[in-house]
Amino acid sequence: MAQTLAPVAPAAALHTMLAVPGMHCAGCMSKVERVLGAVPGVAAARVNLSARMVRVEHDGSITDRALVAALEDVGFAAQPRREALVRPHSAVRPLLAPLAVAGFAAMNVMLLSVSIWSGADGATRDLFHWISALIGVPAIAYAGQPFFRSAWGALRKRSTNMDVPISIGVVIATGLSLYETMRGGEHAWFDGALMLLAFLLAGRVLDAMMRDRARAGVDALMAQAAQGAMVVAADGTLSWVISQNLRAGMVMRVAVGERLAADGEIVAGASSFDQSLLTGESAPVSLLRGDTALAGTLNLGAPVDVRVSHTGHDTTLAEIARLMEASTQNRSRYVRIADRAARLYAPAVHTLAALTVIGWLVAGASFYTALVTGVAVLIITCPCALGLAVPVAQVVASGSMMRAGIMVKDGSALERLAGVDRALLDKTGTLTLGRPVPDPVALAALTDDEAAVALALASHSRHPLSRALADALSLRGIAAAAVEAVEERTGEGVFACWNGQPVALRRPEAGAGSAAVLVIGDAPARAISFADRLRPDAAAALAHLRRMGISSSILSGDKVEAVAQIARETGLTAQANARPAEKQDAVSRLRAGGANVLMVGDGLNDGPALAAANASMAPGSASEVGLQAADMVFVGETLLALPRAVVAARRTMAVVRQNFVLAIGYNLLAVPLAMAGLVTPLVAAAAMSASSLLVVANSLRLANATRLGAAR
Amino acid sequence: MSNLLLLVPVALLLGLSGLAAFFWALKGGQFDDAEGAAARILIDDEGPVA
Repeated sequence: MAQTLAPVAPAAALHTMLAVPGMHCAGCMSKVERVLGAVPGVAAARVNLSARMVRVEHDGSITDRALVAALEDVGFAAQPRREALVRPHSAVRPLLAPLAVAGFAAMNVMLLSVSIWSGADGATRDLFHWISALIGVPAIAYAGQPFFRSAWGALRKRSTNMDVPISIGVVIATGLSLYETMRGGEHAWFDGALMLLAFLLAGRVLDAMMRDRARAGVDALMAQAAQGAMVVAADGTLSWVISQNLRAGMVMRVAVGERLAADGEIVAGASSFDQSLLTGESAPVSLLRGDTALAGTLNLGAPVDVRVSHTGHDTTLAEIARLMEASTQNRSRYVRIADRAARLYAPAVHTLAALTVIGWLVAGASFYTALVTGVAVLIITCPCALGLAVPVAQVVASGSMMRAGIMVKDGSALERLAGVDRALLDKTGTLTLGRPVPDPVALAALTDDEAAVALALASHSRHPLSRALADALSLRGIAAAAVEAVEERTGEGVFACWNGQPVALRRPEAGAGSAAVLVIGDAPARAISFADRLRPDAAAALAHLRRMGISSSILSGDKVEAVAQIARETGLTAQANARPAEKQDAVSRLRAGGANVLMVGDGLNDGPALAAANASMAPGSASEVGLQAADMVFVGETLLALPRAVVAARRTMAVVRQNFVLAIGYNLLAVPLAMAGLVTPLVAAAAMSASSLLVVANSLRLANATRLGAAR
Repeated sequence: MSNLLLLVPVALLLGLSGLAAFFWALKGGQFDDAEGAAARILIDDEGPVA
């Protein structure tokens, strides 16, 4: 920073993280890096594609806004993230080192074990056992920690989970092997214990990777939802302030097309606002000077100045946050299927091991022989395949869902989603796109020239209606006409000159609702109306859900008339005018009636209901609260993501159940051998790897889990 | 058997150096962006700004 005068290597003292959710491929990546690199003052830009972030190193002459604007010019929406300078917490990194250690140790010990199995004995065997112990004991102590810690946590709460039998098996196998090594015995089980840890850690690393990727995707969407505001200082200067730093009393200048970052009172200007994220109401609300505008609403009309009255999690959000907290506790009582299995499994195998010891003692064996046989039962029943049964199936299914645009945030979400038999759908932004779309009939009626002029005018404005019009016309393959002297008059429209005659795209003179009027010279004006429309494939998606035995209905905060129209189009029953608490009540009532409820919603007002339902989904365009509360987030416009997610969840649970059957079948074969005292370390190693591979292979069948059609 | 006294330490040393290399890579941030690293190989270094 102090070397601004230095001729070479300008000090790239500052760095900025930008979230760019739109990056998907190598092409996007190089485009973003090159565009940012070309901005004067930028020293380097490096994309992290997994996190959808760019780290830009630059000198003090550049503002975040300049970087965002540079990316916007090439079509990428970006948001600066100051707080993300702290490395985001990753579930994978703490598991990588234990996996590496377990893998290394397992390979080396296995090498020594193979020589023992092929006949080494006497002093050589003892030496190999000692080397195995030297590698194995520290490696197990280190790599086993994730399991030991989780098992200890469960035992302290007087419950049990899958890590309890795993930990007991590993610790006992290590202890017995150490004892055998010291007295020069025949068998040591270090290889088995290490292999078990390596397999299980590999499963968990994959699971954590999937979860990290989903969370990175959702974080990027959230960075887009979070915002700041242009603040007008007392002396009239403007500066960009991020939401967390907004304080009561500041005056925000809110341009058309911006969302308010905080609640406040309008001190200058008047405009209409879209409150749909907050209330679910689709019709814009007109607010005048002195009215209160709420955070999260979208300015549709004209620029206004708003004095901040509350920020962050005050007022409007407070009640919603309180409702959500209560619901979330409700859900944390859900017990995952693997832990439910462990509740039956652990007592069963521990009883079997005890019975084995007693049986051998009764049959007249020495105490030592009886104990070793009992321990062999524990080792062979150590739930290797059982521990992989759930995570591997979920990893493969989540990967398939991510390719289909569905991000699974929560590990137990697939289990909960599989049992769903009732769906509640929010209207605005969920069943519908949540943004104005120009009337296709009106667009089709435009002549080519008219359409070209309309596109040229619309592309000059950032007004939401203009952008929607420009998008729709571009999609129709229309090229913009060459217009001159373009002028955007705030609150009126865009005016220009085309072929010597004045043209305009302006707001209608009278009448409510969203519409734009296209005027070309003296020709009669063309009115283009805008409305929020159903998502494409909504009917097909609902039909799929019905076929899967899931009955759907609409739960909306919007007015009765607006909801009734969508209800007619979709053929669903509907509840309108629902406040956040009423939405939550509706979910709770259905759950109390024995239904398993899937809630799909996007707004702040859906937050409590999303948290209260058995499973929940939100579209990628949802509010920050919606994204946070939902188990799953789907990107893209199609509502088919819903049936796809349900199908994938049901297939996953079917495969998980098959995996359990495979793992238990293996135990049915192996346990009698172990109880008879016939299991050697060689048999244990072979049986463990074979059963694990079988479970993994079965799970790989889920690679196309989101395929529709053949759904049961 | 005496060759074992040489071979076993050599095998362990090789394994340990592999492990050390992995930890070095982990610490150096090479596993921070697996997806990006996979895509980066497709980027042409030359060429105009798109």
